[in-house]
Amino acid sequence: MIIGKAPDMRYSEVTPKKDFLNRRSFLTTGLAAGAALAAGGGLLSMGSFSEAQAALAGEKLAGVRNNKYVTDEKLTPFDDIKQYNNFYEFGTAKDDPAVHAKNFQTRPWTIEVGGEIANPKTYDTDEIMKLAPLEERIYRLRCVEAWSMVVPWIGFPLNAVIRKAEPNSKAKYVAFETYYDPKQMPLGRSAGIQLPYVEGLRLDEAMHPLALLSFGIYGEVLPNQNGAPLRLVVPWKYGFKSIKSIIKISFVEKEPPTTWNISAPREYGFYSNVNPKVNHPRWSQAKERRIGNFFRRDTLMFNGYPEVASMYSGMDMKKNY
Amino acid sequence: MFRTILYSRWAKATVFLACLIPGLLLVRRLITGDLGPNPVETLTHGTGDWTIYFILITLSITPLRKILKQPALIRFRKMLGLFAFCYGVLHFSVYMVFDHFFDFSAIVADVIERPYITAGFLGFVLMIPLAITSTKGMIRRLGGKRWQRLHRLIYASATAGVVHYYWLVKSDITVPLRLAAILAALLLIRAGFWMRERQNNVAARPTDKRSEAAAT
Repeated sequence: MIIGKAPDMRYSEVTPKKDFLNRRSFLTTGLAAGAALAAGGGLLSMGSFSEAQAALAGEKLAGVRNNKYVTDEKLTPFDDIKQYNNFYEFGTAKDDPAVHAKNFQTRPWTIEVGGEIANPKTYDTDEIMKLAPLEERIYRLRCVEAWSMVVPWIGFPLNAVIRKAEPNSKAKYVAFETYYDPKQMPLGRSAGIQLPYVEGLRLDEAMHPLALLSFGIYGEVLPNQNGAPLRLVVPWKYGFKSIKSIIKISFVEKEPPTTWNISAPREYGFYSNVNPKVNHPRWSQAKERRIGNFFRRDTLMFNGYPEVASMYSGMDMKKNY
Repeated sequence: MFRTILYSRWAKATVFLACLIPGLLLVRRLITGDLGPNPVETLTHGTGDWTIYFILITLSITPLRKILKQPALIRFRKMLGLFAFCYGVLHFSVYMVFDHFFDFSAIVADVIERPYITAGFLGFVLMIPLAITSTKGMIRRLGGKRWQRLHRLIYASATAGVVHYYWLVKSDITVPLRLAAILAALLLIRAGFWMRERQNNVAARPTDKRSEAAAT
């Protein structure tokens, strides 16, 4: 007894298992796009969104490109972004983090948001990712060591987290802390800097729309060596201000300590704005080498983001380096 | 046995080829595009590292030949020293071409303003007279004693090289400290030899003791 007809479909038309298993990432793409359009994310089903974000390095993560933050400069190849890192917890050589962060556990992960705010809360990565729609933003990254990259980040403005936290009148600065576990980061002991890594911004800097909380690069979840699962990106400051693998964000009254400033106060200031006119005591900051180029190019004031200048009007940039 | 190898015709050629290897490996990586995301940095560090390594290897010849009682090792010293200089030339060339593209005023400003470059430049410049006077003819013209005194500049050059390295790293001073320790050991061994020689001389010629005491 034959019921019905054999399906008119060849095996080659069956969705490959890989794509089938990746349908979550497809969901993310669609949802993130939707989220960007809905500009609130309230329309989204929470379940599928968090499921979509239970992703590890290498999995897809998409954001709608924010055309306010693009550049016609050539993007740095993803391989270079993944192979050339300063992440001293995983070794001080540029190619160390790619090797030694391979098995870094980024899940489960919590981010404690506290201090002088109305709504202290400990988020997990999925929750904090829901605070705003993901965007792709192409930023220049200028390292204090005078090299630079162009990176297509995925994330949303840090101010989304700050608005949710509702800082009180005492909150003048935001302090950040990187996860530190000597068991997972044995090379941290010989890094020559005090760990856990800490960084900070003035509240108005942290509120600036350019300051990005990033979860991905090139449409993928952040590689571990680039600061998974979430990091800060402050494109007008030297790269070390863009703290990686954040576990704590606190709102404080006084200027918080910052790792490189503790290590060498004369060399690395709290502000560390990219400034071709203020040299590092040991080397010039007038030029930089773009990764992929042989010759150096001029470094731009605020790394080419003049819109931040008003935050520093009247400030002596030589004194507040 | 060991001595026969050291004196063999092929020993020098073998060492010569071995000294070329680090440079050739860099050239191969350059050709195959395998110098990593920052090729200029890789070339700068690669040539700089080998400059210091060769200086230290050159400085280890005298202690080794005395401790191992292998005077034949001296045959390789000049070549090793010249390789140190060659890698130094490459190191400086990469800096001159890719960091400043022959902008000599910028290089001069760099040398004056940046202590780590001052140290590196000093280490390099101090090697120049040593390379020039490395020939047999020059040794004869200068006379052994004067030549030897001139070539003690290598101690200053090596120190400048290690300081150059120490001053340029951001926080991980492990490698420069390791190099500094090796250099210190090589210099201390020399101080030991020198003290013993002096004692032996004093013991051999007791009359000198008085004149020396009078001099000091």
